[in-house]
Amino acid sequence: MDYRTVLTTCTYCGCGCNFFLEVLDGKAIGTIPCKTSPVNEGKLCIKGWNVHEFIHNEKRLKRPLLRKNGRLEEVSWDEALDYTAARLKEIKEKSGPDSIGFLTSAKVTNEENYILQKFARAGVNTNNVDHCARL
Amino acid sequence: MTNSIEEFEQADCIFIIGSNTSVAHPLIATRIYRAKKNGAKIIVADPRKVHISEIADIYVRQNMGTDVALLNGIMNVILSNGWHDQAFIDERTEEFEQFKKVVEAYPPEKAAEVCGVSAEDIRLIAECYGKAEKASIVYCMGITQHTTGVDNVKSLANLAMLTGSLGKESSGVNPLRGQNNVQGACDMGGLPNVLTAYQPVTSPAASEKFAKAWGVEKLSQKVGLTIPGMLEGLENDTVKALFVLGENPVVSDPDVHHVKKALEKAELLVVQDIFFTATAELADVVLPGVSFAEKDGTFSNTERRVSRVRRAVEPIGESRQDWQIIQDISNRFGYPMNYASPEDIFNEMTLLTPSYAGINYPRLEGDGIQWPCPTAEHPGTRFLHKDKIARGKGLFHAVGFLPPAEIIDQQYPFWLSTGRVFAHYHTGTMTRNSPTLDAEIAEGFLELNVDDAEKINVSNGEWVTISSRRGSIDVKAMLTKRIAQGSVFMPFHFIESCANILTNPAHDPICKIPELKVCAVNVVKRPLPA
Ligand code: SF4
Repeated sequence: MDYRTVLTTCTYCGCGCNFFLEVLDGKAIGTIPCKTSPVNEGKLCIKGWNVHEFIHNEKRLKRPLLRKNGRLEEVSWDEALDYTAARLKEIKEKSGPDSIGFLTSAKVTNEENYILQKFARAGVNTNNVDHCARL
Repeated sequence: MTNSIEEFEQADCIFIIGSNTSVAHPLIATRIYRAKKNGAKIIVADPRKVHISEIADIYVRQNMGTDVALLNGIMNVILSNGWHDQAFIDERTEEFEQFKKVVEAYPPEKAAEVCGVSAEDIRLIAECYGKAEKASIVYCMGITQHTTGVDNVKSLANLAMLTGSLGKESSGVNPLRGQNNVQGACDMGGLPNVLTAYQPVTSPAASEKFAKAWGVEKLSQKVGLTIPGMLEGLENDTVKALFVLGENPVVSDPDVHHVKKALEKAELLVVQDIFFTATAELADVVLPGVSFAEKDGTFSNTERRVSRVRRAVEPIGESRQDWQIIQDISNRFGYPMNYASPEDIFNEMTLLTPSYAGINYPRLEGDGIQWPCPTAEHPGTRFLHKDKIARGKGLFHAVGFLPPAEIIDQQYPFWLSTGRVFAHYHTGTMTRNSPTLDAEIAEGFLELNVDDAEKINVSNGEWVTISSRRGSIDVKAMLTKRIAQGSVFMPFHFIESCANILTNPAHDPICKIPELKVCAVNVVKRPLPA
């Protein structure tokens, strides 16, 4: 049996509590609040205590999907990525960069937000970038 | 937030307005409980008697959408009693006279007529907040999700400047961010008008700096579209493709029917997420990313603290790191990227982002760092606007009261407000897939005042039909006194009883935030199926 704890930050609200995710044989099984965190000082709310529960939920998406004949079908990564890039390119060429919009996210990391807005601005050449901050 | 979370404990007065703190931000509520124990006075103003009002020294229930009138009334009393901080106003602010003129038109009796809070209570709040040494304001979406959201926020800034409650330990204006990385998404330029650290896309200097760093000839200096603008663009065919990372606008945005229609018109809809959301159902391509437990990176919390997210488990199935997916698309698209890790991306970002310039992964071991942190030696910043207000001088805004975009009438006689419940988060994609949280609250409901319920002959747990100009839904009624007569409340986490079918997409003219907190609806007992 392999048991580890990994210090990380809660994915739910803007408090940003720190806790150790308990991992047993590669599965997240619980959380232990971080006592030295200046944010939560060893406490968590009900969402934080149970944040490990959705991680291995069987409904998680496992493979890329592509719409074919009106239905979403599982495809390989190569096919999904090639299709996405090719269609974005086509649309940019036909209708201009500002015909493409990007929603970044308040639920993903800083690095992911940065790289997506960079792709929008430097790759596609549009400032059509927004996220659900207002919601 | 201008202050740090821990500073709440030392405040003398905390004024909570439009924030269901103990439900939406439990660990901030903890600090407020401690402040109370340390002797702070707590003021809560909310149309719903939210849970945290139980510890309030003063609780008032303003009519929905009348915050500006209430705040102007409070400031009127502060001014006429001389509780304002003239030295602070003279040294550190501008445009005071114009502001004063507007506020003079709101004596408490007049404000009371609009906001429904008695003149006596307005005086009490003014005295409590105005006389406190260290006064802190806490607000959330209850203030911002209005067509007058910007006015509301400006009024709160006015209040803080008027009493000099800014730029000091435990004194300031503290918006609580709803989702864990709203702060970070904004800091990283996830907005149509700014690059990282709020550098305007229209600034030739910023634009040139980024173009050079990113190896392109030039960047567009045209301000981009906001979400409502993109939806409108989809409808009138000027926008053809939408790339959605980790968002679920089909549940979270106002007037869902309209959102769906717009998304269906997209020639290309790409959704990158961890669950098959209602938005993914409409997509042409669905790309499985990973959850926070499977990735490395950073989040920036509501007090501007940058903290590490660390990979604890392997990606599920064939799902991939979100940054890698974007990099792969970019390379195929013809804009080369070759980052080796999230840390690599972070290091590039800090070179372009003054407020993060001194931060790196090794420095984030331990407690994290609060930006601004301009150099590698800088310890980070606990509270903003110390000595000087960031923009030079604090600007007073003369703000008059404007009613909400939609007013109740005979056909739609109830005010509807939407919000969260303690066990769930946003559109519920994660929390509703967590058995323990799902067991706490498994379905949507409508909070209905007991007296109203009697009038329309509905008992607790009975089904009602609730309708607005945009659509109608069926949901079970929960009878309560928490909500005032004539008002109803619904959580927005539940797609089966999707509150945002009803809400009004009318938005603030400046920041485009939709008026999710007020619209007019009708509530009737659900007719028996024929
Ligand atoms: S544990 Fe609770 S209070 Fe802390 S960040 Fe998570 S959701 Fe917010």
